[in-house]
This record gives sequence, C-alpha cells and structure tokens, in this order.
Amino acid sequence: MGRFHRHDDGTEHDHEHAGDHLHDVGDHSRYATGGERVEVLTRIFDENDKTAAANRAEFAAAGVRVVNLMSSPGAGKTTLLRETLTRLAGQVRVGIIEGDIETSLDADRLAGFGAQIALINTGNGFGGECHLDAPMVRSALPRLPLGDLDLVLIENVGNLVCPAEFDVGEDARAMVYSITEGEEKPLKYPVMFRSCGLVVVNKVDLLPYLGFDMDGFLDNLRKVNPAAEVMLVSARTGEGTDAWCDWLRAL
Amino acid sequence: MHELSICGSIADIVARRAAGRAVKVINVRVGQLRQVVPDTLVYCWELVSAETPLAGSRISVESVPARIRCRSCEQVTDVGAVPVLACGGCGGFDAEVVSGEEFLITSLELESLS
Repeated sequence: MGRFHRHDDGTEHDHEHAGDHLHDVGDHSRYATGGERVEVLTRIFDENDKTAAANRAEFAAAGVRVVNLMSSPGAGKTTLLRETLTRLAGQVRVGIIEGDIETSLDADRLAGFGAQIALINTGNGFGGECHLDAPMVRSALPRLPLGDLDLVLIENVGNLVCPAEFDVGEDARAMVYSITEGEEKPLKYPVMFRSCGLVVVNKVDLLPYLGFDMDGFLDNLRKVNPAAEVMLVSARTGEGTDAWCDWLRAL
Repeated sequence: MHELSICGSIADIVARRAAGRAVKVINVRVGQLRQVVPDTLVYCWELVSAETPLAGSRISVESVPARIRCRSCEQVTDVGAVPVLACGGCGGFDAEVVSGEEFLITSLELESLS
C-alpha cells in the first residue's frame, strides 16, 4: 500500500479503471518479442492530483479560500501566521492546517488566536514525510468546520524542495523567504520559487545587520519567476504585514 | 527525500497495471525540472519493493532535458544545468516550459507468460 494511498479518510478511488491515462488511445498493451512490454503512460502524481481536485471541490463548495504556505525551516511561517491571526481576528474566520514531522509545537504557538487548528504529524513511516500531500490534507478536513470558515491557511512542512511538487488543493501558493537564507536561494530551489504566486520576504527588520543584497535577491527571483508578487515583511515587528493580510482578504 | 513516498505511488500504479504478473523493469520518464534524483529513486525502490510481490524489479529512469519557448520572440531554448528559464534569443524571462516537467511511468517490462 503506497503512502499516497490512504483510504481511511473516506477518499474513494476507482481501481477498475483509474482514468489516469494521459492519452485515451484505448488499450495500451503491446507485445514485444522476448519479454513483454506494457505501455502505461500514467502520471506518478495522478493519485495525489485526484485527491487534490477533491479537496479543491470541497473547499469551493464550502466557500473557503485556501493558501498553501511554504518555506525552509525557520523562515518565519508560524510567526507570520500568529501575526496574521491577530490582525484578521473578528474580520476573517480562519482555519489552519498545520503540517509538522513531529510535535505539536507550531500548533501550540498558534493556539489561542481564535483560529480552528488541525494538526497533521507526518512522522509515520520512514523517518517522516518532508511535505504535505493531498491525502494528508484531506485527512485533516473532518477536523475543520469548513462551512464556518472564510480562509484556510495550510502551513506546510519546512522544506524548499518536496512541498513544491505536491498539489494539495489550494487556491494560491505563497512562500515565506527570510533574508537570513542568502540571495542565491531562488537559483538553488527554482521549482519552489517558480511554484509560488507570492513571495513574502521576511525578517526585513534585520536588514541593517546582514549586508543582504535585496536587489541581487530580487534579480535571482525574477530569473526563475518573473511573475511572482513580492512583499517585504517583518513578522516580528509587524512591518509590511498589512499588505499580506490585504492579499489574503482579496483572494 | 520525497522519493520514498513517490516510490509508494509508483508501487500502487505498477501493482494495478501488472495485475499479478511478475515485473522486471519499470520505465520512468523524469523531466529535468522535477526535483527527483534518479539514483535516490532507484535506491528507494529497493526499500519500498522489498518483501512485496514487486521485489527484484528495478526502475529505469529516462531523463528529459528542460526546454522553454519564449513568449516574446518564440525561440525555443535548451535550459542549462542551472534551470534559469531565460530565452537564448532575446534574454527575456517570459517563457513557457515546453519539456522538463514530465514525471510518469511510461511502460512496464513483464516476465513472459510462457
């Protein structure tokens, strides 16, 4: 049983004919001499993407907008979310899906700010998953009252590689990048930076101390994602977080 | 290390399509822009397939280079080792990916029935 393949969340899969062919050209089987080669032409993320579509439909039916928030470990996702919950309190009804390999530390930090929180520990199996996939997010949905929410923020596992590969059913992808990470990161992790519509540049309160080359960073970002929206933010001081909250309200 | 969970997905698809037949080789096509390390995928497959009916099968990876088409000047450019998606003609960055994002199982090689 594969790890995308969780049925305990109520997901239904059609195993007789998965409809997962890229091209509908009938029977893909063909026989070579000697061994036998069977054409498959199945996308490996097909199962994940089908569950992502189901998630997206459920979010849409409930009238909830969903953001997949990604970053490296320590970039400031949780701190930004705390600031966000404080600012949106009483205006936007927020739910949070919190992905973490182990512990509830991040979820604990977000408790008491008026949001509904569903924690997903990804630590089962081989040393823990490094990302959230669509079935994991689906498993969290029964623990969120979607009908009573306006916005769901998915805090992905801190990692600049794997989360970018997995559609979880979000409406928008945003990443938190902190200026302590170095200007070259867009070139080293282009898939992540390319996959996001918004890059929140965090910890700008540290600019006077770091010698960070903002123009160089933005230039590198433009090379991999010319269309990305950029916001300069300090989640710690609150600087720039109004623009981020406005972006969330406008989704 | 999402290669492990990817191997779980591959195992599901292969088991479904092989329908009980012994599998020798799983041919996988991986685009250059996918963050999948072929050697890691092959190694993880040994872990995931061990002690299952798919034990002894191997993954064969076909890599697909990344190519982009410029939206301004239409030129098609091969992307280099660092995937900066800049047009080789006009230097612009407004480009669409033509190839390099593939990630699929193309075929299975099965033991003969006889």
